[in-house]
Amino acid sequence: MLSRTAANLFWMGRHLERAETAARLLDVGARITLLPNTAEGYRNEWESLLRASGAQAAFAERYGDEITQENVETWLFFDHANPSSVASCIERAREGGRIVRTALTSQVWDALNSAYQDLRALERRSRGQLDPAMLTDFTTRHSSTVRGAINATQLRNDGWHFINLGYSLERADATARLLDVKYFVLLPRVEFVGSGLDNYQWQVILRALSAHRAFHWAYGGEVTASKVADFLILNGESPRSLLTSLYEAVWHLDGLVRRYGAAVPASASARAHETLEQLIARDIEAIFDEGLHEFLSWFINEVASISNAVHDDYLSGRM
Amino acid sequence: MTIYYNEMVDGGLVREPYAMLSDWIETMPAEIRQMKQAEAEALFRRIGITFAVYGEGGDPDRLIPFDMMPRVFLQGEWRRLERGIKQRARGLNAFLRDVYGRGEIVRAGRIPAPLVYRNAAYEKAVVGFVPPRGVFSHIVGIDIVRTGRDEFHVLEDNCRTPSGVSYMLENREIMMRMFPALFRNNRIEPVDQYPELLRRTLASVAPAKCEGEPTVVILTPGHYNSAYYEHSFLANLMGVELVEGSDLFVDGGFVYMRTTQGPKRVDVIYRRIDDQFLDPLCFRRDSMLGVPGLMDVWRSGGVSIASAPGAGVADDKAVYTFVPEMIRFYLGEEPILNNVQTWTLWKDDDYRYVMANLKDLVVKEVHGSGGYGMLIGPRATKAEIEAFAERIKADPGNYIAQPTLALSTSPTFVDEGVAPRHVDLRPFCLCGDRIELVPGGLTRVALREGSLVVNSSQGGGVKDTWVLSE
Repeated sequence: MLSRTAANLFWMGRHLERAETAARLLDVGARITLLPNTAEGYRNEWESLLRASGAQAAFAERYGDEITQENVETWLFFDHANPSSVASCIERAREGGRIVRTALTSQVWDALNSAYQDLRALERRSRGQLDPAMLTDFTTRHSSTVRGAINATQLRNDGWHFINLGYSLERADATARLLDVKYFVLLPRVEFVGSGLDNYQWQVILRALSAHRAFHWAYGGEVTASKVADFLILNGESPRSLLTSLYEAVWHLDGLVRRYGAAVPASASARAHETLEQLIARDIEAIFDEGLHEFLSWFINEVASISNAVHDDYLSGRM
Repeated sequence: MTIYYNEMVDGGLVREPYAMLSDWIETMPAEIRQMKQAEAEALFRRIGITFAVYGEGGDPDRLIPFDMMPRVFLQGEWRRLERGIKQRARGLNAFLRDVYGRGEIVRAGRIPAPLVYRNAAYEKAVVGFVPPRGVFSHIVGIDIVRTGRDEFHVLEDNCRTPSGVSYMLENREIMMRMFPALFRNNRIEPVDQYPELLRRTLASVAPAKCEGEPTVVILTPGHYNSAYYEHSFLANLMGVELVEGSDLFVDGGFVYMRTTQGPKRVDVIYRRIDDQFLDPLCFRRDSMLGVPGLMDVWRSGGVSIASAPGAGVADDKAVYTFVPEMIRFYLGEEPILNNVQTWTLWKDDDYRYVMANLKDLVVKEVHGSGGYGMLIGPRATKAEIEAFAERIKADPGNYIAQPTLALSTSPTFVDEGVAPRHVDLRPFCLCGDRIELVPGGLTRVALREGSLVVNSSQGGGVKDTWVLSE
């Protein structure tokens, strides 16, 4: 497979996952504004959302300090100046897919292209007809269709591994960042830890990952920091946990190593195995003792290293 | 008053090839037709068969209008066309072999030397080289118009990288999907073997240094190119890699592509980029689309390029007038397909005649394409003709003129029902160890009433083209 093709497939996976992350953020923000909460009112909540997406500065550059629902919606969904907006991600995923049409089944291309065509139709509609729930549904519906088409029709070859590597590394990164934001941004002062506000925000995180119901099935009882963190970091059943995402990445890297044999460098696989071992060696108490932020910084860094190693091993086009 | 040949009705009777279609039309109510038309468009858009019109802004993803009414040839009509097309493709390749070799046809005084050797498309870097099997142009697209029951004329040859074959294939695919009964009830020759024939043709011209099964690739300028869909479509159907210049590199006399498993050798490149961009070391130095060192490898027999650099010298509009001469000179045969009568404005006699009769003629730039830079005399205003005359005076050698052709019409769906519209035909002839032609081609149709311009950039559409078997 051409290195450029592999790179496009990898980034197609990342962008599809990233679109979903943006839509989830939008959904959770809209949900919070429906509830009476902090003294500062809704404004503060939209702001925390922007922080969660790591885009506060970029947003301010474009909209000033007007953190209104409509502006945030525009930013997270429609704005092509935001590289992580749903529209940007779908467009880039589709463009990547168009470049490597030959590596996709017609069902996958069809799903991807339909998402893009529907997005363009959506962009032409007046904003009054659109609400956040609908935008989120739009995104998750299309991303599920693409995902389903990939799973059902793509050959289980190297291209499939690259798409899924993109998905799993992006997902690992997104979950880790969201968790990190919770601890360092959402919660302003350390005495709030364990307070009602703290627990409420944990629920928000769970919702952001569409995991609140799954959480209750898995743990039951009260929502506490350590239970949520355990669910999102170390639980192998949770579909978006760090462990699950990393495990999937390792699985696909192993697939590549088996397929390509000893002639092709395998530094990404080695790196991912190492990270996985270090992750499994921890329990949730150890992580809290170490400091959640420190742990997450380490993990985000590891994911970036694995991603770079994937680039060096497969995508850079060694001569 | 020009009489146009109507391919459906002759002497007041519906001609045989269209007989079964007239039933089909009559039994299709307007609402069904509209529904089918919408279905076809949705299919084209979903599959992603769109093209880009340059420099006009607006929606970059445009559809070429598809007319559901097929254009039909009888077996006998087609066989004659086929012989003529193959003959012409052989003549053109013989000419290219000659002018990059000893230049016998020029020495014999059958073609003026400047027309060949001063031609912008003549590549000095190719002189003295004979590509594998002596083939320069591996895919020859020949634009043909019909003017009477048995009268066909060649309008233009395309020896470089003719496009449009994806429409030939997709139009058929969509017709078969929407109207299976038509295909069950008529014996229509298939065209879907084209990609396999193209792959075979390209493999057959692999260089002598190639070991084992040749690796074929398609070289595209990239996904912003208006024909990118066609490039990826063909790569997919042939099962070959679609590469960009940056995916290839030259090392030790061979070309390699960068893959996830390291470098892989490439034997045949079906390039869809112009000569000027192929190799920055040999042609345009600012080209980002090509591969540095490619020409050296080609000349030393490390890789084949289809079509060969320099093949364009056979297909410009000035050399065109000599193609019948080539056929007589190299093949010793009489041309089966005629040229359109052409006046070349660098000849004094022709110049005087053309300038005096601009209002009746079509004048084209020698290197123009896509229906741009031309004057259609009978359709132009006096002011337009005068403005064009000034342009000709400035550089007569850059123009040729032809009579306005009585292009045949083929029945076409319009708002009011079915009406005759003007059509042309581009078949795609493949030249390798054998010369192959699938029974069919791309029929372009001028959708505006009375219009003779079929180019997609000027409001033309496309049709499925049928050849009925015996």
